[in-house]
Amino acid sequence: MSVIEVNHLTKYYGKARGIVDVSFNVEEGEIFGFIGPNGAGKSTTIRLFLSLIYPTNGDAKIFGKDCIQYGPELRQDIGYLPSEVFYYEGMKVLDLLKYSASFYKKDCTQRLHELADLMELDLKRKIEDLSYGNKKKVGIVQGLLHQPKLIVLDEPTAGLDPLMQQKFFKLIREENKRGATVFFSSHILGEVQRMCNRVAIIKEGRVIEIQDIRTLQKDNYKKVRITGDGIDDSHYQFEGVSKLEKVDGTLNFFYKGDINRLTRLLGDGNISDLTIEDLTLEEIFMHYYE
Amino acid sequence: MNIYLHEIKTKLRSVLIWSASVATLLLVFASIYTSFSAQSELLSQMMANFPRELLIAFGMESMDWSHVLGYFGLIFLFCQICLAIQAANYGFGLVSIEETEWTADFLLSKPVSRTKIMTSKLLAALTGLTITNLAVWAFSFLCLALFAKGEDYTARPLVILLLSIIIFQLFFLSVGMVISLLVKRMRSVTPFSMGLVFGLYILNAFGGMIGEKSLEIITPFKHFDPNYIIKNAAWDLPLVLISVAFIVVSIPASYFLYARRNIPSAV
Repeated sequence: MSVIEVNHLTKYYGKARGIVDVSFNVEEGEIFGFIGPNGAGKSTTIRLFLSLIYPTNGDAKIFGKDCIQYGPELRQDIGYLPSEVFYYEGMKVLDLLKYSASFYKKDCTQRLHELADLMELDLKRKIEDLSYGNKKKVGIVQGLLHQPKLIVLDEPTAGLDPLMQQKFFKLIREENKRGATVFFSSHILGEVQRMCNRVAIIKEGRVIEIQDIRTLQKDNYKKVRITGDGIDDSHYQFEGVSKLEKVDGTLNFFYKGDINRLTRLLGDGNISDLTIEDLTLEEIFMHYYE
Repeated sequence: MNIYLHEIKTKLRSVLIWSASVATLLLVFASIYTSFSAQSELLSQMMANFPRELLIAFGMESMDWSHVLGYFGLIFLFCQICLAIQAANYGFGLVSIEETEWTADFLLSKPVSRTKIMTSKLLAALTGLTITNLAVWAFSFLCLALFAKGEDYTARPLVILLLSIIIFQLFFLSVGMVISLLVKRMRSVTPFSMGLVFGLYILNAFGGMIGEKSLEIITPFKHFDPNYIIKNAAWDLPLVLISVAFIVVSIPASYFLYARRNIPSAV
Protein backbone atom coordinates (compact mmCIF):
# COMPACT_ATOMS: atom_id res chain seq x y z
CA MET A 1 0.00 0.00 0.00
CA SER A 2 1.20 3.49 -0.77
CA VAL A 3 1.41 5.62 2.32
CA ILE A 4 1.91 8.79 0.32
CA GLU A 5 0.61 9.31 -3.21
CA VAL A 6 1.43 12.59 -4.85
CA ASN A 7 -0.29 13.37 -8.15
CA HIS A 8 0.81 16.28 -10.30
CA LEU A 9 1.14 18.44 -7.24
CA THR A 10 1.79 22.08 -8.13
CA LYS A 11 2.14 25.10 -5.92
CA TYR A 12 2.73 28.68 -6.91
CA TYR A 13 3.04 31.48 -4.38
CA GLY A 14 1.52 34.20 -6.49
CA LYS A 15 3.91 34.08 -9.41
CA ALA A 16 6.80 32.56 -7.50
CA ARG A 17 7.38 28.88 -8.10
CA GLY A 18 6.99 26.42 -5.25
CA ILE A 19 6.81 23.05 -6.95
CA VAL A 20 5.65 22.06 -10.42
CA ASP A 21 3.88 18.84 -11.40
CA VAL A 22 5.43 16.65 -8.71
CA SER A 23 4.31 13.01 -8.66
CA PHE A 24 5.64 10.11 -6.63
CA ASN A 25 4.58 7.35 -4.27
CA VAL A 26 6.00 6.34 -0.93
CA GLU A 27 5.35 2.73 0.03
CA GLU A 28 4.58 1.41 3.47
CA GLY A 29 7.65 0.71 5.59
CA GLU A 30 10.00 2.68 3.40
CA ILE A 31 12.50 5.31 4.36
CA PHE A 32 12.09 7.66 1.46
CA GLY A 33 14.70 10.33 0.86
CA PHE A 34 13.81 13.65 -0.67
CA ILE A 35 16.86 15.57 -1.70
CA GLY A 36 17.54 18.89 -3.31
CA PRO A 37 19.27 22.18 -2.56
CA ASN A 38 17.71 25.05 -0.66
CA GLY A 39 14.73 26.52 -2.43
CA ALA A 40 14.14 23.47 -4.63
CA GLY A 41 10.70 22.88 -3.08
CA LYS A 42 11.30 20.27 -0.38
CA SER A 43 9.56 22.15 2.39
CA THR A 44 6.76 23.25 0.06
CA THR A 45 6.01 19.59 -0.70
CA ILE A 46 5.96 18.68 2.98
CA ARG A 47 3.80 21.66 3.92
CA LEU A 48 1.33 20.54 1.27
CA PHE A 49 1.13 17.06 2.88
CA LEU A 50 0.23 18.63 6.17
CA SER A 51 -2.21 21.11 4.57
CA LEU A 52 -0.31 24.02 6.03
CA ILE A 53 -0.59 25.37 2.51
CA TYR A 54 -2.98 24.47 -0.29
CA PRO A 55 -1.97 23.31 -3.78
CA THR A 56 -2.51 25.36 -6.92
CA ASN A 57 -3.06 22.10 -8.74
CA GLY A 58 -2.94 18.34 -8.21
CA ASP A 59 -3.43 16.49 -4.95
CA ALA A 60 -1.74 14.36 -2.36
CA LYS A 61 -3.16 11.31 -0.62
CA ILE A 62 -1.92 9.93 2.67
CA PHE A 63 -2.97 6.43 3.74
CA GLY A 64 -5.16 6.56 0.62
CA LYS A 65 -7.12 9.61 1.76
CA ASP A 66 -7.02 13.16 0.48
CA CYS A 67 -4.69 15.15 2.71
CA ILE A 68 -6.89 18.25 2.79
CA GLN A 69 -10.34 16.72 3.19
CA TYR A 70 -9.21 14.23 5.83
CA GLY A 71 -6.41 16.40 7.21
CA PRO A 72 -7.26 16.37 10.92
CA GLU A 73 -7.99 12.64 10.95
CA LEU A 74 -4.81 11.78 9.01
CA ARG A 75 -2.62 13.88 11.24
CA GLN A 76 -3.42 11.54 14.16
CA ASP A 77 -0.88 9.23 12.56
CA ILE A 78 1.62 11.73 11.22
CA GLY A 79 4.63 12.94 13.15
CA TYR A 80 6.23 16.07 11.77
CA LEU A 81 9.58 17.59 12.58
CA PRO A 82 9.97 20.95 10.83
CA SER A 83 13.35 22.28 9.75
CA GLU A 84 12.98 25.36 11.91
CA VAL A 85 11.60 24.68 15.36
CA PHE A 86 9.55 27.30 17.19
CA TYR A 87 7.44 26.68 20.26
CA TYR A 88 5.53 28.78 22.79
CA GLU A 89 8.42 30.60 24.43
CA GLY A 90 6.89 31.03 27.86
CA MET A 91 6.08 27.36 28.35
CA LYS A 92 8.10 24.73 30.13
CA VAL A 93 9.31 21.85 28.00
CA LEU A 94 7.14 19.35 29.86
CA ASP A 95 4.02 21.52 29.52
CA LEU A 96 4.62 21.93 25.81
CA LEU A 97 5.05 18.19 25.34
CA LYS A 98 1.93 17.48 27.37
CA TYR A 99 0.04 20.02 25.28
CA SER A 100 1.33 18.29 22.16
CA ALA A 101 0.26 14.90 23.55
CA SER A 102 -3.23 16.20 24.40
CA PHE A 103 -4.09 16.33 20.69
CA TYR A 104 -3.81 12.59 20.25
CA LYS A 105 -6.34 9.99 21.14
CA LYS A 106 -3.91 7.62 22.82
CA ASP A 107 -2.05 8.12 26.08
CA CYS A 108 1.44 9.28 25.20
CA THR A 109 2.85 9.92 28.69
CA GLN A 110 5.13 6.92 28.86
CA ARG A 111 6.55 7.37 25.38
CA LEU A 112 7.03 11.07 26.08
CA HIS A 113 9.31 10.33 29.03
CA GLU A 114 11.16 7.55 27.20
CA LEU A 115 11.96 9.86 24.32
CA ALA A 116 12.92 12.75 26.57
CA ASP A 117 15.32 10.49 28.46
CA LEU A 118 16.77 9.17 25.25
CA MET A 119 17.35 12.64 23.82
CA GLU A 120 18.64 13.85 27.21
CA LEU A 121 16.09 16.63 27.30
CA ASP A 122 15.61 18.66 30.49
CA LEU A 123 11.84 18.81 30.93
CA LYS A 124 11.86 21.51 33.59
CA ARG A 125 13.41 24.26 31.51
CA LYS A 126 11.54 26.98 29.70
CA ILE A 127 11.45 26.89 25.92
CA GLU A 128 12.90 30.40 25.68
CA ASP A 129 16.02 29.32 27.60
CA LEU A 130 16.81 26.43 25.26
CA SER A 131 19.60 26.43 22.70
CA TYR A 132 18.74 25.72 19.10
CA GLY A 133 19.89 22.11 19.41
CA ASN A 134 17.75 21.58 22.49
CA LYS A 135 14.71 23.06 20.78
CA LYS A 136 15.33 20.61 18.00
CA LYS A 137 15.22 17.80 20.57
CA VAL A 138 11.87 19.11 21.77
CA GLY A 139 10.82 18.96 18.13
CA ILE A 140 11.89 15.33 17.87
CA VAL A 141 10.04 14.30 21.02
CA GLN A 142 6.81 16.14 20.10
CA GLY A 143 6.97 14.63 16.62
CA LEU A 144 7.38 11.04 17.81
CA LEU A 145 5.55 10.79 21.13
CA HIS A 146 2.32 9.52 19.58
CA GLN A 147 4.13 6.72 17.71
CA PRO A 148 3.05 7.91 14.28
CA LYS A 149 2.70 5.60 11.31
CA LEU A 150 4.18 8.24 9.04
CA ILE A 151 7.15 10.31 10.13
CA VAL A 152 7.87 13.42 8.11
CA LEU A 153 11.31 14.90 8.66
CA ASP A 154 12.34 18.20 7.14
CA GLU A 155 16.11 18.61 7.43
CA PRO A 156 16.03 17.06 10.86
CA THR A 157 19.68 17.04 11.85
CA ALA A 158 20.51 20.75 11.63
CA GLY A 159 21.60 21.93 15.06
CA LEU A 160 22.17 18.46 16.53
CA ASP A 161 25.69 17.45 17.50
CA PRO A 162 27.10 14.28 15.85
CA LEU A 163 26.40 12.19 18.94
CA MET A 164 22.75 13.26 19.00
CA GLN A 165 22.48 12.80 15.25
CA GLN A 166 23.53 9.22 15.68
CA LYS A 167 21.00 8.66 18.47
CA PHE A 168 18.37 10.30 16.33
CA PHE A 169 19.06 8.08 13.34
CA LYS A 170 19.02 5.02 15.55
CA LEU A 171 15.65 6.14 16.87
CA ILE A 172 14.27 6.67 13.37
CA ARG A 173 15.50 3.21 12.31
CA GLU A 174 13.76 1.66 15.32
CA GLU A 175 10.54 3.50 14.49
CA ASN A 176 10.91 2.25 10.95
CA LYS A 177 11.36 -1.35 12.15
CA ARG A 178 8.26 -0.92 14.27
CA GLY A 179 6.45 -0.27 10.99
CA ALA A 180 6.58 3.48 10.54
CA THR A 181 7.11 4.90 7.08
CA VAL A 182 9.60 7.73 6.97
CA PHE A 183 9.70 10.67 4.59
CA PHE A 184 13.10 12.22 4.95
CA SER A 185 13.92 15.52 3.32
CA SER A 186 17.51 16.69 3.42
CA HIS A 187 20.34 18.31 1.54
CA ILE A 188 22.95 16.38 3.51
CA LEU A 189 23.45 13.47 1.16
CA GLY A 190 25.58 11.32 3.41
CA GLU A 191 22.72 10.86 5.88
CA VAL A 192 20.22 10.15 3.11
CA GLN A 193 22.57 7.55 1.68
CA ARG A 194 22.90 5.90 5.08
CA MET A 195 19.22 5.95 5.92
CA CYS A 196 17.07 5.68 2.84
CA ASN A 197 15.84 2.92 0.54
CA ARG A 198 14.71 5.18 -2.25
CA VAL A 199 15.28 8.80 -3.08
CA ALA A 200 13.61 11.46 -5.14
CA ILE A 201 15.78 14.27 -6.40
CA ILE A 202 14.07 17.63 -6.75
CA LYS A 203 15.46 20.49 -8.76
CA GLU A 204 13.89 23.91 -9.22
CA GLY A 205 10.49 22.61 -8.18
CA ARG A 206 10.48 19.49 -10.36
CA VAL A 207 11.31 15.92 -9.43
CA ILE A 208 14.02 14.87 -11.88
CA GLU A 209 14.76 11.36 -10.63
CA ILE A 210 13.18 8.75 -8.39
CA GLN A 211 15.34 5.71 -7.82
CA ASP A 212 16.29 2.95 -5.50
CA ILE A 213 19.42 4.28 -3.89
CA ARG A 214 21.50 1.24 -4.88
CA THR A 215 20.27 1.28 -8.46
CA LEU A 216 20.99 4.95 -8.57
CA GLN A 217 24.56 4.22 -7.63
CA LYS A 218 24.94 1.09 -9.77
CA ASP A 219 23.35 2.32 -12.95
CA ASN A 220 25.23 5.47 -12.77
CA TYR A 221 28.77 6.38 -13.46
CA LYS A 222 31.78 4.51 -12.10
CA LYS A 223 34.60 6.51 -10.71
CA VAL A 224 37.89 5.15 -12.06
CA ARG A 225 41.39 5.97 -10.84
CA ILE A 226 44.44 4.56 -12.58
CA THR A 227 48.04 4.98 -11.51
CA GLY A 228 50.95 3.80 -13.65
CA ASP A 229 54.08 4.87 -15.53
CA GLY A 230 53.61 6.55 -18.82
CA ILE A 231 49.83 6.38 -18.89
CA ASP A 232 48.50 7.94 -22.01
CA ASP A 233 45.30 9.83 -21.36
CA SER A 234 44.37 9.91 -25.02
CA HIS A 235 44.07 6.14 -24.82
CA TYR A 236 41.04 6.57 -22.57
CA GLN A 237 39.19 9.15 -24.54
CA PHE A 238 36.32 7.06 -25.81
CA GLU A 239 32.56 7.08 -25.55
CA GLY A 240 31.23 6.93 -21.99
CA VAL A 241 34.22 8.58 -20.40
CA SER A 242 33.87 11.99 -18.87
CA LYS A 243 35.77 14.34 -16.66
CA LEU A 244 39.08 12.87 -17.68
CA GLU A 245 41.94 14.48 -15.79
CA LYS A 246 45.56 13.63 -15.24
CA VAL A 247 47.30 14.64 -12.06
CA ASP A 248 50.97 13.63 -11.79
CA GLY A 249 50.96 9.94 -12.70
CA THR A 250 47.29 9.37 -11.82
CA LEU A 251 44.39 9.42 -14.18
CA ASN A 252 40.84 10.10 -12.92
CA PHE A 253 37.67 9.77 -14.91
CA PHE A 254 33.98 8.83 -14.75
CA TYR A 255 32.74 6.01 -16.89
CA LYS A 256 29.26 4.98 -17.91
CA GLY A 257 28.64 2.14 -20.32
CA ASP A 258 29.56 -1.51 -20.91
CA ILE A 259 31.93 -2.50 -18.15
CA ASN A 260 33.63 -5.15 -20.34
CA ARG A 261 34.85 -2.50 -22.70
CA LEU A 262 36.48 -0.76 -19.80
CA THR A 263 38.22 -3.87 -18.48
CA ARG A 264 39.56 -4.76 -21.95
CA LEU A 265 40.94 -1.30 -22.29
CA LEU A 266 42.50 -1.41 -18.85
CA GLY A 267 44.27 -4.66 -19.74
CA ASP A 268 46.25 -2.91 -22.46
CA GLY A 269 47.88 -0.36 -20.17
CA ASN A 270 50.80 -0.64 -17.83
CA ILE A 271 48.96 -0.09 -14.58
CA SER A 272 50.42 -0.15 -11.08
CA ASP A 273 47.25 0.70 -9.16
CA LEU A 274 43.55 0.72 -9.95
CA THR A 275 40.36 1.78 -8.15
CA ILE A 276 36.85 1.50 -9.52
CA GLU A 277 34.04 2.62 -7.28
CA ASP A 278 30.44 3.74 -7.28
CA LEU A 279 29.77 7.42 -7.10
CA THR A 280 28.66 8.73 -3.77
CA LEU A 281 25.21 10.21 -3.72
CA GLU A 282 26.89 13.55 -3.44
CA GLU A 283 28.67 13.09 -6.74
CA ILE A 284 25.50 11.87 -8.44
CA PHE A 285 23.67 14.80 -6.99
CA MET A 286 26.27 17.27 -8.22
CA HIS A 287 26.06 15.64 -11.61
CA TYR A 288 22.30 16.29 -11.76
CA TYR A 289 22.73 19.87 -10.80
CA GLU A 290 25.54 20.80 -13.16
CA MET B 1 -10.93 21.88 24.92
CA ASN B 2 -7.14 21.59 25.17
CA ILE B 3 -6.60 24.58 22.88
CA TYR B 4 -9.16 26.60 24.84
CA LEU B 5 -7.40 25.87 28.13
CA HIS B 6 -4.01 26.62 26.62
CA GLU B 7 -5.32 29.94 25.32
CA ILE B 8 -6.88 30.85 28.65
CA LYS B 9 -3.59 30.13 30.40
CA THR B 10 -1.60 32.32 28.05
CA LYS B 11 -4.20 35.13 28.22
CA LEU B 12 -4.85 35.10 31.94
CA ARG B 13 -2.19 37.62 32.89
CA SER B 14 -3.24 40.04 30.21
CA VAL B 15 -6.90 39.72 31.20
CA LEU B 16 -6.15 40.41 34.86
CA ILE B 17 -3.97 43.41 34.01
CA TRP B 18 -6.62 44.91 31.73
CA SER B 19 -9.36 44.29 34.28
CA ALA B 20 -7.31 45.86 37.05
CA SER B 21 -6.46 48.84 34.85
CA VAL B 22 -10.06 49.53 33.91
CA ALA B 23 -11.14 49.10 37.54
CA THR B 24 -8.46 51.55 38.70
CA LEU B 25 -9.47 54.02 36.02
CA LEU B 26 -13.07 53.88 37.19
CA LEU B 27 -12.14 54.27 40.85
CA VAL B 28 -9.73 57.16 40.32
CA PHE B 29 -12.10 59.15 38.12
CA ALA B 30 -15.11 58.45 40.30
CA SER B 31 -13.25 59.48 43.44
CA ILE B 32 -12.87 63.05 42.19
CA TYR B 33 -16.57 63.34 41.42
CA THR B 34 -17.36 64.77 44.84
CA SER B 35 -15.23 67.85 44.25
CA PHE B 36 -16.60 68.23 40.74
CA SER B 37 -20.24 68.06 41.73
CA ALA B 38 -19.73 70.53 44.57
CA GLN B 39 -18.66 73.12 42.03
CA SER B 40 -20.76 72.01 39.10
CA GLU B 41 -22.05 75.56 38.58
CA LEU B 42 -18.52 76.89 38.19
CA LEU B 43 -17.50 74.01 35.98
CA SER B 44 -20.39 74.44 33.61
CA GLN B 45 -19.46 78.10 33.25
CA MET B 46 -15.86 77.23 32.57
CA MET B 47 -16.84 74.59 30.05
CA ALA B 48 -19.02 77.07 28.24
CA ASN B 49 -15.88 79.11 27.53
CA PHE B 50 -14.19 76.23 25.75
CA PRO B 51 -14.67 75.96 21.99
CA ARG B 52 -17.62 73.74 21.32
CA GLU B 53 -15.60 71.55 18.92
CA LEU B 54 -13.16 70.66 21.68
CA LEU B 55 -15.95 69.60 23.98
CA ILE B 56 -17.47 67.45 21.29
CA ALA B 57 -14.13 65.82 20.60
CA PHE B 58 -13.89 64.72 24.20
CA GLY B 59 -17.52 63.75 24.48
CA MET B 60 -18.25 66.51 26.97
CA GLU B 61 -20.62 68.63 24.95
CA SER B 62 -23.91 67.62 26.42
CA MET B 63 -22.57 66.60 29.78
CA ASP B 64 -24.44 67.24 32.93
CA TRP B 65 -21.77 67.75 35.56
CA SER B 66 -24.14 68.07 38.45
CA HIS B 67 -25.48 64.58 38.05
CA VAL B 68 -23.58 61.46 38.95
CA LEU B 69 -24.64 59.48 35.88
CA GLY B 70 -23.78 62.39 33.61
CA TYR B 71 -20.31 62.38 35.04
CA PHE B 72 -20.16 58.61 34.73
CA GLY B 73 -20.79 58.94 30.99
CA LEU B 74 -17.49 60.79 30.64
CA ILE B 75 -15.57 58.21 32.65
CA PHE B 76 -17.16 55.49 30.61
CA LEU B 77 -15.76 56.93 27.40
CA PHE B 78 -12.23 56.39 28.69
CA CYS B 79 -13.27 52.97 29.84
CA GLN B 80 -14.51 52.24 26.31
CA ILE B 81 -11.14 53.16 24.83
CA CYS B 82 -9.42 50.66 27.13
CA LEU B 83 -11.95 47.94 26.36
CA ALA B 84 -11.58 48.61 22.65
CA ILE B 85 -7.79 48.33 22.75
CA GLN B 86 -7.99 45.09 24.72
CA ALA B 87 -10.55 43.56 22.36
CA ALA B 88 -8.67 44.74 19.26
CA ASN B 89 -5.43 43.29 20.64
CA TYR B 90 -7.09 39.92 21.14
CA GLY B 91 -8.72 40.09 17.73
CA PHE B 92 -5.62 41.02 15.76
CA GLY B 93 -3.52 38.51 17.67
CA LEU B 94 -6.03 35.68 17.78
CA VAL B 95 -4.60 33.53 15.03
CA SER B 96 -1.84 35.80 13.71
CA ILE B 97 0.19 35.31 16.89
CA GLU B 98 0.86 31.73 15.81
CA GLU B 99 2.37 33.08 12.63
CA THR B 100 4.39 35.94 14.11
CA GLU B 101 5.90 33.54 16.63
CA TRP B 102 6.12 30.76 14.06
CA THR B 103 4.18 28.30 16.21
CA ALA B 104 1.55 27.77 13.50
CA ASP B 105 3.53 24.83 12.12
CA PHE B 106 3.32 23.12 15.49
CA LEU B 107 -0.37 23.75 16.05
CA LEU B 108 -1.63 23.13 12.53
CA SER B 109 0.29 19.89 12.08
CA LYS B 110 -1.66 18.45 15.02
CA PRO B 111 -4.81 16.42 14.33
CA VAL B 112 -7.22 19.32 14.64
CA SER B 113 -9.16 21.31 12.08
CA ARG B 114 -8.65 25.01 11.59
CA THR B 115 -12.31 25.61 12.33
CA LYS B 116 -11.86 24.02 15.72
CA ILE B 117 -8.70 25.99 16.41
CA MET B 118 -10.52 29.20 15.56
CA THR B 119 -13.55 28.36 17.67
CA SER B 120 -11.43 27.46 20.69
CA LYS B 121 -9.40 30.63 20.36
CA LEU B 122 -12.50 32.77 19.89
CA LEU B 123 -14.17 31.30 22.96
CA ALA B 124 -11.01 31.81 25.00
CA ALA B 125 -10.75 35.44 23.91
CA LEU B 126 -14.43 35.91 24.66
CA THR B 127 -13.96 34.44 28.12
CA GLY B 128 -11.14 36.89 28.75
CA LEU B 129 -13.17 39.85 27.53
CA THR B 130 -16.13 38.77 29.66
CA ILE B 131 -13.96 38.71 32.78
CA THR B 132 -12.95 42.32 32.07
CA ASN B 133 -16.57 43.12 31.26
CA LEU B 134 -17.69 41.78 34.63
CA ALA B 135 -14.98 43.79 36.34
CA VAL B 136 -16.39 46.93 34.71
CA TRP B 137 -19.90 46.04 35.93
CA ALA B 138 -18.72 45.39 39.47
CA PHE B 139 -16.57 48.49 39.73
CA SER B 140 -19.18 50.74 38.09
CA PHE B 141 -21.71 49.89 40.78
CA LEU B 142 -19.04 50.04 43.46
CA CYS B 143 -17.98 53.52 42.33
CA LEU B 144 -21.53 54.80 42.35
CA ALA B 145 -22.14 53.31 45.76
CA LEU B 146 -18.98 54.88 47.13
CA PHE B 147 -19.05 58.30 45.56
CA ALA B 148 -22.65 59.19 44.70
CA LYS B 149 -23.00 60.49 48.26
CA GLY B 150 -26.66 59.75 48.64
CA GLU B 151 -27.47 61.36 45.32
CA ASP B 152 -30.50 59.74 43.76
CA TYR B 153 -30.01 57.99 40.46
CA THR B 154 -31.85 55.36 38.49
CA ALA B 155 -29.94 52.21 37.71
CA ARG B 156 -31.67 51.67 34.38
CA PRO B 157 -29.50 53.91 32.13
CA LEU B 158 -26.40 52.48 33.77
CA VAL B 159 -27.46 48.89 33.17
CA ILE B 160 -28.28 49.64 29.55
CA LEU B 161 -24.91 51.30 29.16
CA LEU B 162 -23.06 48.36 30.70
CA LEU B 163 -25.01 45.89 28.58
CA SER B 164 -23.53 47.53 25.50
CA ILE B 165 -20.00 46.49 26.47
CA ILE B 166 -20.23 42.97 25.07
CA ILE B 167 -21.27 44.12 21.59
CA PHE B 168 -18.67 46.87 21.73
CA GLN B 169 -15.96 44.30 22.58
CA LEU B 170 -17.17 41.87 19.94
CA PHE B 171 -16.93 44.61 17.32
CA PHE B 172 -13.23 45.17 17.95
CA LEU B 173 -12.49 41.48 18.43
CA SER B 174 -14.10 40.38 15.19
CA VAL B 175 -13.01 43.32 13.04
CA GLY B 176 -9.44 42.96 14.29
CA MET B 177 -9.56 39.26 13.54
CA VAL B 178 -10.80 39.64 9.98
CA ILE B 179 -8.25 42.37 9.22
CA SER B 180 -5.44 40.19 10.58
CA LEU B 181 -6.50 37.48 8.13
CA LEU B 182 -6.69 39.86 5.19
CA VAL B 183 -3.12 40.95 5.80
CA LYS B 184 -0.56 38.60 4.31
CA ARG B 185 1.68 38.69 7.36
CA MET B 186 1.13 40.53 10.64
CA ARG B 187 4.43 41.56 12.17
CA SER B 188 3.09 43.18 15.30
CA VAL B 189 -0.36 43.48 16.84
CA THR B 190 -0.11 46.78 18.73
CA PRO B 191 0.20 49.21 15.79
CA PHE B 192 -2.85 47.62 14.20
CA SER B 193 -5.04 47.70 17.30
CA MET B 194 -3.97 51.24 18.23
CA GLY B 195 -4.64 52.33 14.67
CA LEU B 196 -8.09 50.78 14.61
CA VAL B 197 -9.18 52.05 18.02
CA PHE B 198 -7.87 55.60 17.79
CA GLY B 199 -8.81 55.81 14.13
CA LEU B 200 -12.43 55.04 14.97
CA TYR B 201 -12.35 57.24 18.07
CA ILE B 202 -11.06 60.21 16.11
CA LEU B 203 -13.57 59.53 13.38
CA ASN B 204 -16.33 59.92 15.95
CA ALA B 205 -14.80 63.05 17.47
CA PHE B 206 -14.05 64.54 14.08
CA GLY B 207 -17.49 63.69 12.72
CA GLY B 208 -19.04 65.47 15.71
CA MET B 209 -16.87 68.53 15.20
CA ILE B 210 -17.64 69.14 11.57
CA GLY B 211 -21.17 67.86 11.86
CA GLU B 212 -20.53 65.19 9.25
CA LYS B 213 -22.98 62.39 9.96
CA SER B 214 -21.78 59.83 7.43
CA LEU B 215 -18.42 59.35 9.17
CA GLU B 216 -20.06 58.33 12.41
CA ILE B 217 -21.85 55.44 10.84
CA ILE B 218 -18.90 53.06 10.96
CA THR B 219 -17.58 53.86 14.40
CA PRO B 220 -18.82 52.03 17.48
CA PHE B 221 -17.77 55.02 19.58
CA LYS B 222 -20.77 56.73 18.00
CA HIS B 223 -23.00 53.65 18.06
CA PHE B 224 -22.45 53.35 21.81
CA ASP B 225 -22.06 57.02 22.74
CA PRO B 226 -22.30 56.90 26.58
CA ASN B 227 -23.89 60.36 26.81
CA TYR B 228 -26.65 59.37 24.45
CA ILE B 229 -27.33 56.10 26.28
CA ILE B 230 -27.36 57.74 29.73
CA LYS B 231 -29.60 60.58 28.60
CA ASN B 232 -32.13 58.42 26.79
CA ALA B 233 -31.79 55.26 28.86
CA ALA B 234 -31.77 53.46 25.51
CA TRP B 235 -29.50 52.48 22.64
CA ASP B 236 -29.59 54.27 19.33
CA LEU B 237 -30.83 51.06 17.80
CA PRO B 238 -30.19 51.63 14.07
CA LEU B 239 -26.59 52.54 14.88
CA VAL B 240 -26.15 49.58 17.22
CA LEU B 241 -27.35 47.33 14.42
CA ILE B 242 -24.52 48.62 12.24
CA SER B 243 -22.07 47.39 14.87
CA VAL B 244 -23.89 44.07 14.98
CA ALA B 245 -23.70 43.84 11.20
CA PHE B 246 -19.93 44.31 11.31
CA ILE B 247 -19.70 41.44 13.79
CA VAL B 248 -22.04 39.17 11.87
CA VAL B 249 -20.00 39.67 8.70
CA SER B 250 -16.53 39.56 10.27
CA ILE B 251 -16.81 36.29 12.15
CA PRO B 252 -17.87 34.00 9.28
CA ALA B 253 -15.48 35.86 6.96
CA SER B 254 -12.64 35.08 9.38
CA TYR B 255 -13.52 31.37 9.44
CA PHE B 256 -13.64 31.39 5.65
CA LEU B 257 -10.30 33.15 5.28
CA TYR B 258 -8.53 31.08 7.92
CA ALA B 259 -9.66 27.78 6.43
CA ARG B 260 -8.07 28.78 3.12
CA ARG B 261 -4.99 30.50 4.43
CA ASN B 262 -1.51 29.50 3.31
CA ILE B 263 0.61 29.48 6.42
CA PRO B 264 3.89 31.28 5.76
CA SER B 265 7.00 29.24 6.43
CA ALA B 266 9.78 30.28 8.77
CA VAL B 267 12.52 29.77 6.22
